[in-house]
Parts: sequence; C-alpha cells; structure tokens
Amino acid sequence: MSIYCKIKKKVGKFNLNIDFQAENETVALMGASGCGKSMTLRCIAGIEKPDSGRIIINGQTVYDSEKGINLAPQKRRAGYLFQDFALIPNMTVKKNILVVMPKEKRGSIESVMERFHLTGLENHYPAQLSGGQKQRCAIARIIVSAPWIIMLDEPFSALDSYLKWQLEREIMSVINEFGKTVLFVSHDRDEVYRISDKVVVIENGRNEPICTKQVLYQHPQTYADALLTGCKNIFPVLYEELTIRVPDLALKLESPKEYEDVCFLGIRAKQILPEFMVEDKNSAVFVSYTVEQVTEAVFSMILMVRPENGHGLVRWEMPKEVYHKLSLYPPVLAIPKKEILYLKADRNIFPCG
Amino acid sequence: MDLFPLWNSLRISFVASVITFFLGILIANYVAKLPGFLKGVLDAVLTIPMVLPPTVVGFLILKMISPKSSLGMLVKQYFDATLTMKWQAAIIAVVVVTFPLMYRTARSSFEAFDKNIIAAGKTLCLSDVYIFWRVLLPNCKEGIIAGVVLAFARGLGEYGATSMVAGYIANRTATISTTVAYFWQTNQDEKAMRWVMINLAISFTVMLCVNIFEKRISFGKGK
Repeated sequence: MSIYCKIKKKVGKFNLNIDFQAENETVALMGASGCGKSMTLRCIAGIEKPDSGRIIINGQTVYDSEKGINLAPQKRRAGYLFQDFALIPNMTVKKNILVVMPKEKRGSIESVMERFHLTGLENHYPAQLSGGQKQRCAIARIIVSAPWIIMLDEPFSALDSYLKWQLEREIMSVINEFGKTVLFVSHDRDEVYRISDKVVVIENGRNEPICTKQVLYQHPQTYADALLTGCKNIFPVLYEELTIRVPDLALKLESPKEYEDVCFLGIRAKQILPEFMVEDKNSAVFVSYTVEQVTEAVFSMILMVRPENGHGLVRWEMPKEVYHKLSLYPPVLAIPKKEILYLKADRNIFPCG
Repeated sequence: MDLFPLWNSLRISFVASVITFFLGILIANYVAKLPGFLKGVLDAVLTIPMVLPPTVVGFLILKMISPKSSLGMLVKQYFDATLTMKWQAAIIAVVVVTFPLMYRTARSSFEAFDKNIIAAGKTLCLSDVYIFWRVLLPNCKEGIIAGVVLAFARGLGEYGATSMVAGYIANRTATISTTVAYFWQTNQDEKAMRWVMINLAISFTVMLCVNIFEKRISFGKGK
C-alpha cells in the first residue's frame, strides 16, 4: 500500500485515534470541523507528532513510536496544500517555485509557469495574487518538489464559489497526472463525491473503515455517515421484541434481522413520495401528516411535515409539479422500504442503550 | 573638542548590537518553539536584565570578570591582563543590558509569523537553516530592525553597568554618558551640555531612521 496511518494523539481533552491505509487513489477524509481531519494530515506530514502509532508513506516508515522513528518533514516527501496556501510572502511567484526545485531542474521553470497558468505573474508577490492564482502557485510548488503523496487541506474553502468549479477541475487534472495517493480533507459531501475514489469518515477523532464513495453514499452504515452524506431525516429507534418502533414517526417496522445494532433510522428528504405516486402498496410504509412549513427552493419545494401522533419533524423535498398535486389527495406520505437507512450508532458518541 | 567619547560610545554600541542581534534572534527562535512551562521560565530569566537596575547587572558582571574572580585570576595568570576597566568590558555590560530588548521584539515577531508558512517550507524540503534565514527573518524584518535599533540606542545611553565595569578613564574608556556624568560632577556644565546635545541628536536621528525604514518594507502589500 502507499499510505499506512495508525496513530493516536491526545490534544487537551481531544483524542485522535486514526487507522487507515490506501493505495494509489484519491481518498477523502471527511468529517465535521474539529473532528481531527487536518490534525491527521499534519501528523502524516510530520508537522505534528503523534503520541504513538506508525505511519508508512510509499513503503518508507516515517514514524514509528515503538522503534523511535520520527523523520523530519523534509524527509517524508509529503506535499501539503494548506488552506491559506502558505506561500512565502517575501518571495515572488517565480522564486516561491524555484526554491523548491532541485538545482539541475531549474531550467524548466518557464514550462512550469506555463503549465500552471502563472506566466506573466513571475514577479508578483503572493499578496498581489488572487485566491486562484495563489492556489496554482502552491500546487506548482508541491508538484516540482516531487512528493510521494499529496495532501489537500480543504482546498476550496478559501475561494469564491464561482472560482471553485474551475479550480476543482484544475486540481482534478493535477491529481490524475500525479497518479499516486492523494489525501483530501473536506466537509463538503458533493466535493468529496466528485473528487475522491474512497472515503474515510472521521467523527470526534475516530475514523470508520475506509470504503468506496458509492458504498458510503448509497449505503451509509452509521449516524455520522448518514449525516455527512446529506441525510436530513434521522430518527432514534426503540426495539420491541420483533419490531422496531420509531417514536418520532409513530411508526412500527419489522426488525430487519441483519441489522441487530441499529439505533437510528434515516430517510433522505428526496426519497419520500406522496401516497398516490406509489403503485405497489407493499413496497412502502405510510404516514399521515400535517404540513408545518413550506419553503420554495430554486427547483423544488421543501416541506417540514409532522407525522400524525409522532413528535418529530420530517423534511421532505419534491419537484414543484408534485407539490402542486398534493392538495388533491389525502395527506399521506410514503417511505419506500428499500430507501430506509438502518444506521448504527457511532461507538464513541452515541453508545447504543 | 576631544571627540573620543563619541567614537568610543559608537564602537561599543555597534559591536554590542552585532552580538546582541545574533544572540537575540537565535535564542528567541529557540525559545519561541518551546512548550509552555519551560518557555515561561526561560523567558523570565532572559528578560530579567531589562528590569534590574544597571548597577546590579554591573555588580554581577564584576563578580564574574573582575581580577578577584576565578576567570579574572586565570586571565591575569596566563595573559597578565585584566578584563575590567577597558572599553571592551563595556561591550559585555551593554550586551547584557540590551539583550532583552532584542530578544523580546524578535520573539514576539517570530511568534506572530504564520506557522503554516514554515511548516509548508519544511514539507517542501527547505532546510530549517534556510527557512530561518531566508523565510522567517525577512518576514519579521520590521520587528528585528526595531529590536536592533532599540538595542543600539539603548547601548549608546548605557551608563550604570558600563561605569562599574569600565569606569571613566579619559581617552580610554570614556563614553558619552560617563563623560556627561564626569563633567557634571566636576562642575563643567558647559562641556556636559555639549555632550548632552550630541546624545540628543544621535538618538533623534536613530528614531527618525526607524520610522522611515519601517514604511519601506512591504513585499507588494498595499502600494
């Protein structure tokens, strides 16, 4: 494998406990802010020192607490794109790139400038660049330093939204050309899906097993998975012999055998249908509701509805033409059974009662 | 008019500033990276000369280098020389007194500098030495220069410790400040006033230079 990272670190009351490995692929570390994503990257780069564990980059052990190995960042060849790009303020764009180039390769500086669309900006200082130009300069620096692994720390968070798309394309082409492991930190589920091959979900300093993005987005396993992949309706469940009860929806369901430690039930806002659109009545469960709030979005309507006898609110998103037909039918919504997400609690935050 | 005190003051302060500059930035860089508790203790020790009366500093230096001290006796034995009552002795006094000014201004500008830029340099294989001299220092120029100038100006005006370790010997150890004191004590107010004016002129020029220089350093920021 090309990256192996099993580390523990205590920072104040926060415990980081990360364990994953990856091949030559793009892996997103996804989690809410403050969950330890960036700290993990910093430990891999050698900027922070873990308390214990082992990190192997491209076959070389760069950190091993048992053997007392802790290589300097200079010896790890781990390219790190910082959120604020961290260009050297007293050096021009050209100089910023030149200083990290091996002496014998400095002749090719012009082609590097061209490749990263920096021609004409050679003598500008970082303070005179736009966000996008800074990012290109920072990426150029990383590429010419010939790293074994590239780490991107929330690369688009400092950019205007209209620039994001273009820079995302540029980063994608760099990643494809690089062809080795890229670790990518983000909390944006769409960004993660577009850019990465695999995802490591981090919650409160601990990570879930690495999985492909398709599996994570279509079959989230835990509360954190569901939340991060954009599931808007997550309700706690209670076991009653062979059934599970969802008090928020006033709903009883057959207990699915293969999901014994299910603690939550998730329903994506767009998967809910009005009763009249469901043909096979056995394929869904039905809930009567009253509408609490209606919000018009650009291409859809978002309803907050309260299930009859339930004490939760359900977020329901539908195309506008469906919304206009709702008043013609009784207020009953349908949750297709195959779309119900059975979620485990996260071991460390919601111990299952 | 004998200008020896001016020349002597300038050379003492100049040599001391050079020493203070290197000591100050290197120690500041070391301390800035230390963890909390150790940093607090070391910081207190290194800053003490700033709040001590110069006579206390002078007394302590004398204890270390006077002919009666073990170091002084060694020098006497092997080189048949003394360390005190020489203009060079004043350099030691001025370094000790001005060190905290340099150290503190350097440390606070190092600490204010974006740590990610240094971290990025390291991941890009720039050596720690290169990062210190070519990235950290140039970007902390303003603080560093302010520190050097303050140290130089303070060194020019040092009186207490200097008079204890180097005394006042006309044409040998006399500095501007000890000369002013000497002329005043011997009722030659007119001569004392002349040196007071010279001192004022130098100090004013130095501070003016600081202000002019500060505005020049910008690296493309707001032109």
